[in-house]
Amino acid sequence: MLRFILGKFGDLIPTLIGISILSFVLVRLVPGDPVMLMLGERGADPALYEEMKRDMGLDLPMWKQYLNFATDAVQGDLGTSIVSKRPVVQEFFDRFPATLELGVVALIFAILVGIPLGIIAAVKRNSFYDYFLMGGSLLGYSMPIFWWGLVLILIFSVNLGWTPVSGRMTVMYYIEPWTGFMLIDTLTSEVRELDGLAPFWSALSHLILPAIAMGTIPLAVIARMTRSSMLEVLGEDYIRTAKAKGLSRFRTVAVHALRNALIPIVTIVGLMFGSIITGAILTETIFSWPGIGRWLVASINARDYPVIQGGVLFIATMIVLINVLVDLAYAVVNPKMRG
Amino acid sequence: MRILFALLLTLALFQNSAMAQTFVYCSEGSPSAFNPQIFTDGTSNNASSHTVYERLVNFKYGETTIVPELAESWKISKDRMTYTFKLRKGVKFHTTEFFTPTRELNADDVLFSVNRQRQKEHYYHNVSGGHYDYFNGMDMGAIIKDVKKLDDYTVEFTLTRPEAPFLANLAMSFMSILSKEYADKLAKDDKKDNFDNFPVGTGPFVFLRYIKDTQIRYKANDSHWDGGPKVKQLVFSITPDASVRFQKLKTGECHLIIEPSPADLPAMKSNKDLKVVSGASLNVGYLAMNTEKKPYDNVLVRRAINHALNKRAYIEAIYMGHAEPAKNPLPPTLWSYNKKVKDYDYSPEKAKALLKKAGMADGFETELWTLPVTRPYNPNGKKMGEMMQADLAKVGIKAKLVSYDWPTYLKKSREGLHSLIQLGWSGDNGDPDNFLAVLLSCTSVESGSNVARWCHKPFDKLIDEAKLLTAQKDREKLYMKAQIIAKEQAPWMPIAHSTIFRGMRSNVQGYKIDPLGGDIFKQVSLK
Repeated sequence: MLRFILGKFGDLIPTLIGISILSFVLVRLVPGDPVMLMLGERGADPALYEEMKRDMGLDLPMWKQYLNFATDAVQGDLGTSIVSKRPVVQEFFDRFPATLELGVVALIFAILVGIPLGIIAAVKRNSFYDYFLMGGSLLGYSMPIFWWGLVLILIFSVNLGWTPVSGRMTVMYYIEPWTGFMLIDTLTSEVRELDGLAPFWSALSHLILPAIAMGTIPLAVIARMTRSSMLEVLGEDYIRTAKAKGLSRFRTVAVHALRNALIPIVTIVGLMFGSIITGAILTETIFSWPGIGRWLVASINARDYPVIQGGVLFIATMIVLINVLVDLAYAVVNPKMRG
Repeated sequence: MRILFALLLTLALFQNSAMAQTFVYCSEGSPSAFNPQIFTDGTSNNASSHTVYERLVNFKYGETTIVPELAESWKISKDRMTYTFKLRKGVKFHTTEFFTPTRELNADDVLFSVNRQRQKEHYYHNVSGGHYDYFNGMDMGAIIKDVKKLDDYTVEFTLTRPEAPFLANLAMSFMSILSKEYADKLAKDDKKDNFDNFPVGTGPFVFLRYIKDTQIRYKANDSHWDGGPKVKQLVFSITPDASVRFQKLKTGECHLIIEPSPADLPAMKSNKDLKVVSGASLNVGYLAMNTEKKPYDNVLVRRAINHALNKRAYIEAIYMGHAEPAKNPLPPTLWSYNKKVKDYDYSPEKAKALLKKAGMADGFETELWTLPVTRPYNPNGKKMGEMMQADLAKVGIKAKLVSYDWPTYLKKSREGLHSLIQLGWSGDNGDPDNFLAVLLSCTSVESGSNVARWCHKPFDKLIDEAKLLTAQKDREKLYMKAQIIAKEQAPWMPIAHSTIFRGMRSNVQGYKIDPLGGDIFKQVSLK
């Protein structure tokens, strides 16, 4: 088993090198010279232009730039942002908790809603419910997030006035970041002494719409996956046996069938993390959510090379790591995989 | 679920009552940092120079006239080479969580703020990257020969040459006065980097904290020399999406929003809880003709182009009517704008006649470079290019539309590789020189910002002369004449001056549009 785990992590190294090269090259393929972009209509004399270029390390040949980037990256230094002049790693971790919090809540929403819907569709196969739910999930899957987010805002914030439009916290309170997760930070004893539970409710109410917007696509995928996996299991002999034994329908489905149907769903949920990050880029822009998605968009617009390549490297590494963990989890569940 | 929503609703009500003294401004982006010397974009300026900092002189609220601020008065020597400023007494720097001042503003702070940008060996010059784009861009390093402290409240600037726009330059954000005492304290604690992120100034608002990409909080500076602002707290709520800003305004989560999208304006105007204010901005969008290239070296061809293009149609279609047609390089809000100049009317016949006179009755082929990005002075360069192409075709000119990504576009235009090109300019300091000299003088052909590459001696002489005079009245005469020449010689077809919009709750009072594009809240109150 240990060898299996080490082997899996060993496979990571070439992947990571590949990712670092790709993120480095892709950024430079985007047309536009960052120095010129900073100067705008105003321009600068050639000497100053060259000096600025040198300061950003952009005057070196590409391979040298990459070597510098890779050497620093291995030591945990992803460079300094051109815009804010602060270390990329620091900027990343300032924002990452916000994205993670939103992503986790969105995923929980997707699981809690998606699995029951999938089960209903499978049990009531080929009925109106089935067609309705599967049609709905197809719609949810194909809906553009930026449009869906605006629709949610229009209905729930503007017309019904139930939730705030955007942001992470009302301007009423200032919550000192401690873990970076608003739902946790608002529950510290200091905050509760000062404002009671109101900040927590505010944080929660700010989370609802973006979590729904971000969770819709994973929800649709999970619901479809649950349906097909359930259908497979429901046709098995042991289900017929369970029924023949006289077990209640609920017990047959919820305990005997679901437990076996869950395995592929767990895998999918793990892999859903990637789509959560992609969703973050759009969701965060619409809902003014201060996470890494929005940060990357702003950086791309500013051609902030160190931020883009560092951010992409970070995210890609994370997705790869999660895939490995999913593989490992699978191996734990299913010994055949250890091969 | 219903209980949760009820809870949220009561919460929302509770917020509204407690927020009466807090003004919430929904801004469009995150500031890069809090020092306008280095971080010179509009977003960073709004968050620093218009709230925390002040300058020796400033622009009158909502105008471009220069008024005293930290300097009570000033004297300009006869040869126009020495400016002596008397500083206001009793001006206090902010007391914050991270700094408590022990002295009031004095000449040392002025010297520190200027010299940090001016002297490469200055102990703060290299902090935060050490680039002072605007200080260099306005050529301040070359203009200022020396700055001296005569006594604690008197500062003397000596210049290398008479420079009329100098005073206006001092009113720009990058000339903000920062605290030397605070800088020294951080230098002693070896925390110089904090200086540009945790600002201490003398302005109407005291910086409290910045929560990244989310909000910036300020409180009123109650010990401000001018009595301080009218609201107790100011919050910048960062909201990048324009339509989301509008929704937040509707629900009352913001009091004022920057740059509403033009499509939302009718709905905003018809909502009785909201109001829209607008004002002319200090910019110009134009089509320049590269006068170094054939056939644009011929003034007849340039005039023909001016007649051939239907400017008013572009304003309707591209700016949705939210702009004024331009006839001069200067915007009409700027002093010395020449109202009497007569624009070329739209007339394909006249254009054809002029082309015939120039010996090009059959027209010609040309490239037309279209602006690749949305700028305030031109919201959609490509669409405008297509309309221009159709107009030019009517007089026999076959234009090929060309565009590049924005940085490349700028670079190539500075190298003069274009024929016809759309571009524009937003004014920096409310001085006509900042338009006419930067965009149309002979020296700026070399530096690249004169994309018409038009060097016309009579025009240049007027601009140079005006720069040396200090009395606004005398300068005005020369600039008026220069605008007439620019019209006759037609290196450009000026297109439009755009309108600035701000949406706000109807209880917001005292807000004025700043022609220079900033958002200033010192005078703003909530009814």
